[in-house]
Amino acid sequence: MSRQTLIPSALARLPWRMLLLVLLIGGFGLVVLYSAAGGSMRPWALSQGVKLIAFMFGAVILSHIGEARLRQAALPAYAMILVSLLAVELLGGIAGGSQRWLDLGFVRLQPSELMKPAIVLAVARFYDMLPSGEVRRWSAIWPAALLIAVPAFLVMLQPDLGTALMITAGGLTVMFLAGLPLRLFVGGGLALGALAPLAYFFVLRDYQRNRVLIFLDPESDPLGAGYHISQSKIAIGSGGIFGKGFLQGTQSHLDYLPEGQTDFVFATMAEEWGLMGGLLLIVAFILLCQWGLGVSRRANTRFARLTAAGLSTTIFFYVMINLMMVMGLAPVVGIPLPLVSFGGSAVMTVMLCLGLLMAIDREADRGGRRYRG
Amino acid sequence: MTRKVLTEAQQGFTFTRRALFIGGAQMGIGAVLAGRMAWLAIAENAHYSDLAESNRVQSILVPPRRGWIVDRSGKPIAVNRPDLRVDLIPDRVKDADALIATLRAILDLPEDEVERIHEDLAKAAGYRPVQVASNLDWDRYAAVNLRLADLPGVAPSRGFARHYPTGPAVGHLVGYVGAASAEDYEREKNPLLITPGFRIGKEGLEKTMDATLRGRAGAKRTEVTARGRLVRELTMRPEVPGKYLHLTVDAGLQDYAARRLGDQSGSVVVIDVAKGDMLAMASMPCYDPNSFSAGISHSEWNMLSADDHLPLVNKTLQGLYPPGSTVKPMNALALLEAGVDPNETVSCTGAYRVGAGTFHCWSRRGHGAINMSRAIAQSCDIYFYTMMRKLGIERLAAMARRLGLGEKYPLPVVSQRFGTVPDAAWKEQKYKKAWTVADTVNTSIGQGYMLTNPLQLAVMAARIASGRKIEPRLIHEPNEAVPPAMDVDPEHLALVREAMSAVVNGGGTAAVARLQVPGVLLAGKTGSAQVRRISMADRLAGRAKALGDSGEWRLRDHGHFICFAPADTPRYAAAVTLEHAGHGAEAAAVARDIMTYLFDQPRAMRTLEANEEKWGGGIMARMAAKSTRWRAAQAANAAPTAPTPIGQTPPAPPPGPATDTAAEIPPSPDVPR
Repeated sequence: MSRQTLIPSALARLPWRMLLLVLLIGGFGLVVLYSAAGGSMRPWALSQGVKLIAFMFGAVILSHIGEARLRQAALPAYAMILVSLLAVELLGGIAGGSQRWLDLGFVRLQPSELMKPAIVLAVARFYDMLPSGEVRRWSAIWPAALLIAVPAFLVMLQPDLGTALMITAGGLTVMFLAGLPLRLFVGGGLALGALAPLAYFFVLRDYQRNRVLIFLDPESDPLGAGYHISQSKIAIGSGGIFGKGFLQGTQSHLDYLPEGQTDFVFATMAEEWGLMGGLLLIVAFILLCQWGLGVSRRANTRFARLTAAGLSTTIFFYVMINLMMVMGLAPVVGIPLPLVSFGGSAVMTVMLCLGLLMAIDREADRGGRRYRG
Repeated sequence: MTRKVLTEAQQGFTFTRRALFIGGAQMGIGAVLAGRMAWLAIAENAHYSDLAESNRVQSILVPPRRGWIVDRSGKPIAVNRPDLRVDLIPDRVKDADALIATLRAILDLPEDEVERIHEDLAKAAGYRPVQVASNLDWDRYAAVNLRLADLPGVAPSRGFARHYPTGPAVGHLVGYVGAASAEDYEREKNPLLITPGFRIGKEGLEKTMDATLRGRAGAKRTEVTARGRLVRELTMRPEVPGKYLHLTVDAGLQDYAARRLGDQSGSVVVIDVAKGDMLAMASMPCYDPNSFSAGISHSEWNMLSADDHLPLVNKTLQGLYPPGSTVKPMNALALLEAGVDPNETVSCTGAYRVGAGTFHCWSRRGHGAINMSRAIAQSCDIYFYTMMRKLGIERLAAMARRLGLGEKYPLPVVSQRFGTVPDAAWKEQKYKKAWTVADTVNTSIGQGYMLTNPLQLAVMAARIASGRKIEPRLIHEPNEAVPPAMDVDPEHLALVREAMSAVVNGGGTAAVARLQVPGVLLAGKTGSAQVRRISMADRLAGRAKALGDSGEWRLRDHGHFICFAPADTPRYAAAVTLEHAGHGAEAAAVARDIMTYLFDQPRAMRTLEANEEKWGGGIMARMAAKSTRWRAAQAANAAPTAPTPIGQTPPAPPPGPATDTAAEIPPSPDVPR
């Protein structure tokens, strides 16, 4: 490689196109946070910028983990996180209310966030261990289903519908890619459609049920619980094609848009930058996910491929659920827009996914293009 | 089911296919999201831009200043004064009891006001404001503003309040203003109506001329945050104040007339006979319209409702009385038109037989041989019994209508009761009974079925005085057209006018009304109307059952006096009605002073001031005293008794005319409004 003479090979080998995409998305996010604070670096933009850079470094360091170590760590990590989820549930029960984090003293750990990549690793590891002949047997299904169902159920109890959905979706994606019979997914989809009403009545909490109702008819309560969706749609719709201009958003600056720096940051952005800003973000996120799928295609091992595809789909689910919610296509479930919304956990999770993807990418480069038949 | 065993190669192939599918699905979903966003931002842009604007921009209505009401020379009758006030917005009030208790402490509210606020709040709904207090001083207003953050639902505002400088003197003339009711708002859907402090006309001219007086609201557009904090002012559309209402009334005369009525229950109408301008229309006692514009208190309202002098009724338009002998000049005109010789005499012996019944003249001794002029001057009943019996009711009724009786005038007033000019057809329709001679005889002295309001009597006087078809008017118009002449022979009119002058100046029944103004003669006619059991007071007192044992007063006759001056070249006509005054003489004295005011103001004022000293002060002072006594009576827990007129000991009732006809007089018929 000729570039090695100019810059260190460690740097040159980094996937710069992906990192630039991340910087573009994160940078744009900082601009939006700056505006959301009324044209100020505080309280959000500065702190978020520091977190972005720190976690990005973390991701680059993580990318040096070898695939073998990752493979070994997959199930133990999953088990540890599952235990902390249980601990949160128990502590939450004592504290009386919904608690989602463990206070470790130096950091507040939110196990459900970590479960998002961990479920992908665990399920991928399971199918990695499964002999190829077994894939179409019952024994290929129930252990994976259990791996998914237990944490999803625990998170649901918190209650955090959005995260539970994401954990389920990430695990299912890996099962799908592992080659389970297609009719399972088609049939499952149909069954889900039939069970949804039951879940609505027996699983969801009152406020979640309310959100679903309001999602189905936001105008029914424009000043109450439907307020979020209504105001978000107003912000996006009033932004038009080119937006109202930087620092000119009224919905966000006059506090009509709730959570304008966290879950509804996309609406804050869309009001000032319009459809153009929205398309920029959507395209950037799609490219990021396509890069992840590309990593998965280039990967050498079954574990690496399933993991890479699963992780990039996890990032995609983040974006999809958030945007659907913000645009009034889904109920309010409390999923932030990764890299853009203010808050550390989402940045951490996404950077964790990206770090793992980079690790797999590095392995694929090192191993060259070979296919183990 | 045969199990397919997959090789690793097949697995790899499946993975590639499914990974491609997922990649495609992601792009598809991305496209859907982009499409959804484009839909919101392009197709629905206008809709959402409007919503964003209506979030951001709060329009505050700036209530217009109400137009002034001014008299014929531009003197103000109703004006606006700056007002600091505090209202409650029911929808925003959390804990009403605690809030009102706090406000009571800050504003030092009296007990009955607190009671009223509680009641108003219970009745009110939504954003229709409930007044807490108005006309506050700066300190108390500032005290509320300071604590505003802890008082949700409290809306202090600085605006204008309606003010009537002469208060009760113009109450029935102009009416009053008040906060719009829920029904008003339902009808108009105008957000101005629920602006705190905004008032609409509720009664009288304020109500009928509301469209002119109201003006158009201005708007102040401000940018506000979701929490309602004001960011900046955007634009301002100034309000358009209401237009002036220029009345024909002479404010000085109106005030004088109201004051001159003293504690009597009565009314005065003065008309300028040149064009029909109403110079005064006073009905007393009256409420203070200022009390209404500020929101009337419970005890004040109760006091007004319980008063047997009916301060809530405009007697000039809604009081119906038998006109009594005031119809005699009109009868004379009907007789002259029928060709009766004015010099023909009738012998008055004091009694007159119709069938089995006997009708008396008020003069029991009788007037002897009496002709038309003397019959008017002496108010001889027998002359008119005899003559009108021959003439018949139809010709009498025709003349009455020509002189404006039974007529509803095109005036901007809330309601007029126009009374009855009876004739055979009317009786047939109303009672299914034939007209009798006794009916004609009764009608000939303005009793029986005949009912008029005081305004009609004034119009009758004005038409006799001018010979023109006077239509009374309240709104000043630059129109110079003189009303058309009536179809009545001018010679007949001259004869009747001369007889009416003799009533006052020629030894007639109203010598008391002679003017002390050199060179000006007053012409008039007295009248007294029998009350029997059915009086205005009785009829309307169904809700104010406070008559109790004050029965004497209410059974006395009503006194009328119609007049005009100067007698030879009439300029002004007037009608004075005093309820239960016993005889027309007292009304004549009131009319004399009011007419004196028009020709010699200082003299008239001296008479009035002397009288007021006797009565215990001016209108406001006497009302305040009355109110104090009312409160004291209430506080003493006594059963509410009807307030009796102040400073007036009832004189012995003078002999009423034609009292023997009582049996013949049917109960006063119901009269449509």
